[in-house]
Amino acid sequence: MTAPLLDVQDLRTHFFNEDGVTRAVDGLSFAVAAQETVGIVGESGCGKTVTALSILQLLPPRLGRIVGGRILFEGTDLTKLSEGQLRAVRGNRIGMIFQEPMTSLNPVLSIGHQIAEAVRIHKGASASAARARARDMLELVKIPDAKRRLDDYPHQFSGGMRQRVMIAMALACDPKMLIADEPTTALDVTIQAQVLKLMLELKAKTGAAIVLITHDLGVVAETCQRVVVMYAGRKVEEAPVAQLFARPAHPYTRGLLASIARGKAGARARRLKEIPGMVPSLREPIRGCAFAPRCRFAVDACRQEQPRLTPVAGTPVHQAACLRVAEVLAS
Amino acid sequence: MLAFIIRRLLSTLLVMGLVGVFIFLLLHLSPGDPAAIIAGDNATPTQIEAIRTSLGLNDPLHLQFGRWAVRVLSGDLGISIFSNVPVATLIAQRVWPTLSLAFTTIVLAVLLAVAAGVLAAWKAGSFLDRLVMILSVVGFSVPVFVVGYLLIYVFAITLRWLPVQGYTPLAEGLWPWARHLILPSLALGLAYVALIARITRTAMLDVLAEDYMRTARAKGVATGPMLFKHALKSAGVPIVTVVGIGIALLIGGVVITETVFNLPGIGRLVVDAISKRDYPIIQGVILLFSGVYVIINLLVDLSYTLLDPRIRY
Amino acid sequence: MTVAAAEITNMPRRSGLWHFVRRNPTLVGGSIVLILVALAALAAPLIAGDPIAAKPANRLRPPSHLNWLGTDQLGRDVWARTVYGARISLVVGLAVATIAMAIGLLVGLLAGFSRTVESVVMRLMDGLMAIPAILLAIAFVSLSKASVSIVVAAIALPEIPRVVRLVRSVVLSVREQPFVEAAVASGTRLPKILSRHILPATVPPLIVQATYVAASAILIEAALSFLGAGTPPEIPTWGNMIASSRVYLGLAPWTIFGPGLALALIVLAVNLVGDGLRDRLDPRIARRM
Repeated sequence: MTAPLLDVQDLRTHFFNEDGVTRAVDGLSFAVAAQETVGIVGESGCGKTVTALSILQLLPPRLGRIVGGRILFEGTDLTKLSEGQLRAVRGNRIGMIFQEPMTSLNPVLSIGHQIAEAVRIHKGASASAARARARDMLELVKIPDAKRRLDDYPHQFSGGMRQRVMIAMALACDPKMLIADEPTTALDVTIQAQVLKLMLELKAKTGAAIVLITHDLGVVAETCQRVVVMYAGRKVEEAPVAQLFARPAHPYTRGLLASIARGKAGARARRLKEIPGMVPSLREPIRGCAFAPRCRFAVDACRQEQPRLTPVAGTPVHQAACLRVAEVLAS
Repeated sequence: MLAFIIRRLLSTLLVMGLVGVFIFLLLHLSPGDPAAIIAGDNATPTQIEAIRTSLGLNDPLHLQFGRWAVRVLSGDLGISIFSNVPVATLIAQRVWPTLSLAFTTIVLAVLLAVAAGVLAAWKAGSFLDRLVMILSVVGFSVPVFVVGYLLIYVFAITLRWLPVQGYTPLAEGLWPWARHLILPSLALGLAYVALIARITRTAMLDVLAEDYMRTARAKGVATGPMLFKHALKSAGVPIVTVVGIGIALLIGGVVITETVFNLPGIGRLVVDAISKRDYPIIQGVILLFSGVYVIINLLVDLSYTLLDPRIRY
Repeated sequence: MTVAAAEITNMPRRSGLWHFVRRNPTLVGGSIVLILVALAALAAPLIAGDPIAAKPANRLRPPSHLNWLGTDQLGRDVWARTVYGARISLVVGLAVATIAMAIGLLVGLLAGFSRTVESVVMRLMDGLMAIPAILLAIAFVSLSKASVSIVVAAIALPEIPRVVRLVRSVVLSVREQPFVEAAVASGTRLPKILSRHILPATVPPLIVQATYVAASAILIEAALSFLGAGTPPEIPTWGNMIASSRVYLGLAPWTIFGPGLALALIVLAVNLVGDGLRDRLDPRIARRM
């Protein structure tokens, strides 16, 4: 079996401020193969964005830090790299796009400049070569009238178009992997679909792997091949998409799926089911399973020790961190 | 855009007009009889009357203002009471030392202050940051002449590295010209540096917290371009604003600095005029300096469109 | 930093004088210095010697136990003159701040409430602000008989526009608040709206601004004295002390740096008080600074 493109092993990222320590990511492991699309899903505060930031070490400098684990990308441990070495990876071998297209582009620099900059820095291209490449990228992301738009500024673009510019910028240097942190959350629903479709097309063209961070299971269903479900900084389930939706093995995943409206033609209108209780505070170490307080399958053993990931239904590709998988699957 | 420029120009003219009115009124609204005061304590009634006539103080107010306004607009800033030389001529004779001082001060101050502010914001919370903040409060509190004499005492008298005072025209060489201006520029510019550094730091802190800085970092941009291309340009508007507004500090300080360092500029002209109560000179210089200040701030406003493409008039 | 070391428990905010001092070092430090200087100035006849008595035989003596800051070119005690000089600086600073605040408040309130007043007044303020403060003060003083009141008026005049602007912007922003609109809608009369809502909102920024005005006033007064455009020369002020001893900079630096450092100290103290007050009264800015 070939080595994965990205191999996150037991990642721990903590935030430090005057009030204490927040364990945002608490022992997360997952892998992404070349050209694969993996979704990381969970509610706000579960640590998925922090995971994304940790890969490229974009955490706020004095507040957050990786305190344990390894992040292997093409065999190199990113956590051991110096800032200079990391700069060679960012935007070059790994591209990243963020959630807020309205504020993620520099308002005083033209978008052509911002795209070309990545090419100039990493490929040593001349200004004109970089500009040509920027134009090609704009055409790739389907921005009309690309040549003229190179000199326009972000405020002259709509939200959806700005996100396309971000994608163009992230892919300008042909990275092996793209990390997308909630790329469509801030967009209108119709634009969401367009941008996702674009991302998939580009992936097919460029052969990049995608790590897609989202809280929206619908997005996951449409775009991802595999899914990692996170809760309170930990991975609770991982499976190929179809299996996750067909046979969710972790109570939290079940809760998530039950809480979205499944509109099938002719289906009875069902009440949205919420998951009772609240996410635990990440300030104190959590004993046992993080989901136990809210779980209807929980038993005493669940509260003693953190459950380890075990294969579900005998297949290693589907894992869940739950002691009561059998009961969950049966219900 | 053109409409905006025209509107601003009109507004500027209005402000200059008001400045003219104020200065004109000053002569007439101050307590006491201006002619008598200008004439001095030992003047005879005849002398006082002579001054009153020469200043046209016996005519109706609006007539005086009208005459005065017309003269000013045609470049005639009056005649010095004591030397009988036109004020405009006196100013022209002394403009170069003042201009040199202003130039070196602004260049030095802006470079120093922006660098300090950027550094302080980048290393916010560190010892360097606190040092910059403390130095900026101190710099803003010490008066220009105290700084001046301190610099002279240390660098000119004790260490003998630089001249104590005086001015050498540029025509006589770049280094002689420059070395006479180093200490004066530092003294004059200290408060200015303090002000600009503070605002730069605040503006940079705001910008560095923005999402697009994270995007730049995610692209692999190095620290230098991050700070100076991505961040500083974004922070440009408030910084340039304070550079313009702070010129008022410089204008006021020029008078003091030229006195301390014995530079034969317009500032010294005013100081000499004070002791002799040569009001036309004082009046003429105020008009000139106010005009310069207003024009500089107009240019600052116009520069905003260059800095921030979102600002379009 | 190990994870264990970073596991700090939540520290409750404790009250009490000591913790107030720790959280507001600039405010406390500046205030202490100011109070000491003010006390010294008030008690001048008791703690300082005679500022005017000239003993030519004693001229230009360096600091000693007899003359704590030495003597000047006329044999006068520099320490005594420095302490007495504090009086003028403090009086001018206080007077200018009070007058500028009072007039600025009045004009600013009017401008905030009446559109016509606003358009006229703000233009006037723009015009006034275009004239560099020192030059305006110089012009004003040179046209009148020199006295402390004239100097105060001369310095207060250019400080007024900034106060007017501040008050007007506070009035405008308070007026738009929902609770003020509600008060107006329910028939509350203007004076009550003023005293209940508007004036209290103006107080914090005005206090902060007052300190900066005072600091600026002290600096301008010193500059005016230095240039010979200030208070009558018989009264010792730090500015005219420095001016008259200029030529002795090399021989007797204490004659210049005694008053010079006193000036710097007092202005620094006032500025620190201003910064400290601003940090306390305007938490938005405090978080960033």
